[in-house]
Order: sequence, then structure tokens, then C-alpha cells
Amino acid sequence: MAWFKRSKENISPDSQKKDLPDGLWEKCSSCGEIIHKKQLETNLWTCTKCGFHFRIGSKEYIDVILDKGTFKEMDKKMRSGDPLEFEDTKKYKDRIQETIKKLGLNDAVKTGTGKINGMDVAFGCMDFKFIGGSMGSVVGEKLARLIDKAFKNKIPLIIISASGGARMMEGAFSLMQMAKTSSRLARLADAHVPYISVLTDPTTGGTTASYAMLGDIHIAEPQALIGFAGPRVIKQTIGKDLPKGFQKSEFLLEQGFVDVISPRKELKNNIYNVLSLIF
Amino acid sequence: MAKTILDFEKPIAELEAKLEEMKKLSDKINIEDEIMMIEEKAKLIKESVYKDLTRWQRVQLARHPDRPYTLDYIYAMTNNFVELHGDRGFKDDKAIVGGFAAIDEYKVMIIGHQKGRDTKSNVFRNFGMPNPEGYRKALRLMKLAEKFNKPVITMIDTPGAFPGLEAEERGQAEAIARNLFEMSRLRVPIIVVIIGEGASGGALGIGVGDRILMLENCWYSVISPESCSSILWRSWDFKEQAAEALKLTAPDLFEQRLIDRIILEPLGGAHKDHLQAANNLKAVLKEELELLIKIKPEKLIEGRLEKFGKMGEYVE
Ligand SMILES: [Zn+2]
Repeated sequence: MAWFKRSKENISPDSQKKDLPDGLWEKCSSCGEIIHKKQLETNLWTCTKCGFHFRIGSKEYIDVILDKGTFKEMDKKMRSGDPLEFEDTKKYKDRIQETIKKLGLNDAVKTGTGKINGMDVAFGCMDFKFIGGSMGSVVGEKLARLIDKAFKNKIPLIIISASGGARMMEGAFSLMQMAKTSSRLARLADAHVPYISVLTDPTTGGTTASYAMLGDIHIAEPQALIGFAGPRVIKQTIGKDLPKGFQKSEFLLEQGFVDVISPRKELKNNIYNVLSLIF
Repeated sequence: MAKTILDFEKPIAELEAKLEEMKKLSDKINIEDEIMMIEEKAKLIKESVYKDLTRWQRVQLARHPDRPYTLDYIYAMTNNFVELHGDRGFKDDKAIVGGFAAIDEYKVMIIGHQKGRDTKSNVFRNFGMPNPEGYRKALRLMKLAEKFNKPVITMIDTPGAFPGLEAEERGQAEAIARNLFEMSRLRVPIIVVIIGEGASGGALGIGVGDRILMLENCWYSVISPESCSSILWRSWDFKEQAAEALKLTAPDLFEQRLIDRIILEPLGGAHKDHLQAANNLKAVLKEELELLIKIKPEKLIEGRLEKFGKMGEYVE
């Protein structure tokens, strides 16, 4: 079903950074510091002044985590099948098509194999920009296949989550992706293959309530929002403001749901280090 | 029992009330023929109303305050039931009930969401919205069933996992995720039945199994029509459209191949006749149990992986 065709040429290599303000300079949303894009990139998209972690996508994380040029993408062309022919104020089909065109991404996760300091890994990374990093059939299926890759090749699995939860426009199909991914992870666990879940800002809803919380090791970036219900919903439920730092990485570590908080600059080495001790 | 009558149930309810009245009179005067006529008419109206229910009407039936809940089914279907309490870590969540039971010759573990019927019992049951300890209690009971080689039956009926502050503190997401993970490799048969509302992760948290059954007038989706309306239409007023768009009823899910079987309810809905609804469910459960208990654990687990692996639609 080729309802949308695109050529490789019209994907700009920098399309990932469009969420940042235009121009050569970026403003830190935490401290207001103005930083040159080049400098920001060298600093792995963290603020040079306060250390705030800018939201980045799969393209950037591949550079941050994997050895240069080692990433081999799987299931690159997979796209949503719009199983419900869903329509709200807009047709889901059109929403998907526009998002693909705008971002040069086919859905909210990129999967493949690569190396970390020479070690082979199965690597998946979500893109929050793609409809809020929502998990539908494509995210579920791509991750399931990635988990199977780790299972068959007996290589560690790393998934970087950034997601608002399940994708509403695929109804119950989205919900079942939680079961699909979790059941594959159970089989991986039975095979004693390590799985490192990396939680970034934000990781909520069905994503947290499935693969993001099922790692052997949970590594979170600093100050990332991580939870099941979103803060707005909780605020509505309890009828008062939420405590400072609620649902942030540091809070989750205190509550016992995160093992390590790692600044982005140390992420690669922290992942490699713990893998080298267990695998 | 307090009777709640939904808008589209009104014409039927009125006829039924009239019938009752006439039956009382019929001792004194001869109106048998008229009674028969009205009975016939009521039946026709019922059949036409319930044949073409909209998705939103089914959502309303799934939430009907007189609808049977997990414990109603358990008491109607089993001849022995020992309720078990607590997750052994934090507390006993009243929004999820469970225990060992006997359905005729089958000894099973039954676990389900539990709603309340009035304000007081709803507060006690937290409106059927579990906290993390509810999911952990469910898992504890499933592990017990596994230990003693007893099949598990779960009953889903929840408006969602509780979105509260303490639920987050105690790891609502982790508790649900853990259940999906463990249920997919549990070494005994699991039959899942949606008996009312199946809202999102809070429902799926006890919803991974070998057979997924759904009562006729239930809904099961990733979000409630109301929340979907408020997010996608930015207003609470589009719940009917959202219900249509989400395709969330039993016939929908059967067509999407996300459930295995629809269980018929008494005409008008399960709330019209609790015993009949329970008998229908019991008959189906016994059929399914008979088949499932013969399957080896490895095959069950393999089958579950394949079952959920097939769910999803994409183009390559
Ligand atoms: Zn800053």
C-alpha cells in the first residue's frame, strides 16, 4: 500500500533539530543561556552553563551511544497501517503522512544493530517528535523484532525511550503492543541476555508501563519526566499542585525504580561499563 | 436493587412497567390478550433497540451501575471460593479481588477488578481503579496458581489504573509492566474475560493470556472515549464520535482479531439477568478450560508469544 512515496533526497540531514529555535543559536529553556549550535552539538545537546538536557532524537542518540558508522538500521521502511481508519479533527492517515514528510522519519522508533566500544548491541531509540513518541503497531513490531535480534544473536539490548505513551489513533492495537513487547522481553530474560532501558525526557504512559520499566538496569538522564499518568492528570485527581521534582529521574531513583542517573556525556561509558561487568 | 435506566432503555422500561401493572390487574379482569400483545410489542422493541446499539450505547451498558461485577460472577459460577488478600509488600488493594475457586469440577484461580455499587462501596473499591499493590497482589495470586498448577481466570472491569500521587510513588508503571512480563511466561493456562470496562494499561495489567473473551456489551481500548475526546478534540463533548473512532466494542475487537470470542449477554444486557449472564460465562469458561488444561506449559507460552506477536497492523 504505497499511499505515500518519498525519495531519500528530500530528507535534510538536520531535520531532527527542527524543534530547537531557528537560526544558529539556541536558548536553554532552563537557564536562558544562548548557545551556538555547533557548541551545543559538541556538548551533546546539553547546556554549557547549567547542564540542562535538550530533547534529542534517534539520529543524535545514535551518535551519542554507538561507535561511529556502526549502526545498521532494521525495518527502516515500516509504516503505520491505520488499522481503524481513524479520524478525529484530522485523518490519522494524513497526520502520519505529514509527519513523515516533515521529519524524515517513518515512525516513532529507530531500531538496528551497532557497536559500543566494539561490543555488538541491539539498539532502539524513540523519537518524541513523531506524534509524541507514541507507541502504535510500528513501534511495537519494530521493537519486537529488535528484541528477537538480541535473542537470536545473544547480544545485549539497549532501548532509549522518549514517549507520551500508546498511540490513541490505533486504539486497542496500540494497547496490545505493550503485551507484545513485554512478552518478547520475558523470553529474552529467560535466555539471560541483558537489557538496558534508558529513560529520557519524557517517558510516560504505556511505554513506561511496558518495555521502559522492564530493563535489567534502568539508566535515566537527569531531570527526565518518568511516570505512568501525566502530571496534569494526577493534579486533576488529587486537586492540588504536585511536589517539586515529582516524577523526575531523581525522584524515581529515590523511590527505587531507576538504578543510575547518567548525564548524556557519560551515557555511553556507563552503558558499556555495566555491560562489561555482567556480560 | 436500585434500578438505573439509560436513555435508550426508557421505552422498554415503560412498557415493562405497564405490563407489571396489567398483570396485577389480570386477577380481577380478563385482559390476557392485551397482555400478550404488549409482551410481543416489548420483545420487538427490545430486539430492535439492542440489535443496533451504537458504540457509545455499548459503553454505557458496560458501565451500567446494575451490571454484575467480578464478585457477582464468582458467587454465581463457583461452589467454593476462598478470597485471598494483599500483595505481601504494602497492603490489600480492594480494587482487585481474587482467590482459589471451584467451577464445578475445575479448581481455578480467579482474579478481577472490583467496582462498588453505591457511593460507599465505590469509595471502598476505589471505583475499580487499582493502585500498584493491586497489580502486585494479582501477580502474587497468579504465582500461587502456577505453583499449584491451577488455571488462572482474570476478569477485566476498570475505568483505568488509579492516576494518583501515591500510585506513582509506588511505581504504577512498573507494576503493570511486571504483570505483562510475568503473565506472558506463566506456566499455567490464563483465560482473560472482559466483563465491563477495559481501559488501557489498567485493564491489560491483568489481561495477558491464552484466550481473550469479551462479554457482548463491553469496551476495551487504549483510552476512554471521554479522555480521547478531550485530547484529540480538545473538548469533552465528542465522546460519541471518539467511541466510534476508537472501534472499541466486542464485535469491533473480534473483527480486529484482538479477542478470541464474544460471550452473549441476556437480551438488554447482563444487568437484566445476572444469573443468566453468569451461566453464559460459566459454560464458555468450562469449554475453554477443558481445552487449555491439556496443553503443555511450553506450548502455552509459545502460543502467547505468537498470539500477541500477531497483533498490530503496519506496511513494509
Ligand atoms: Zn542552561
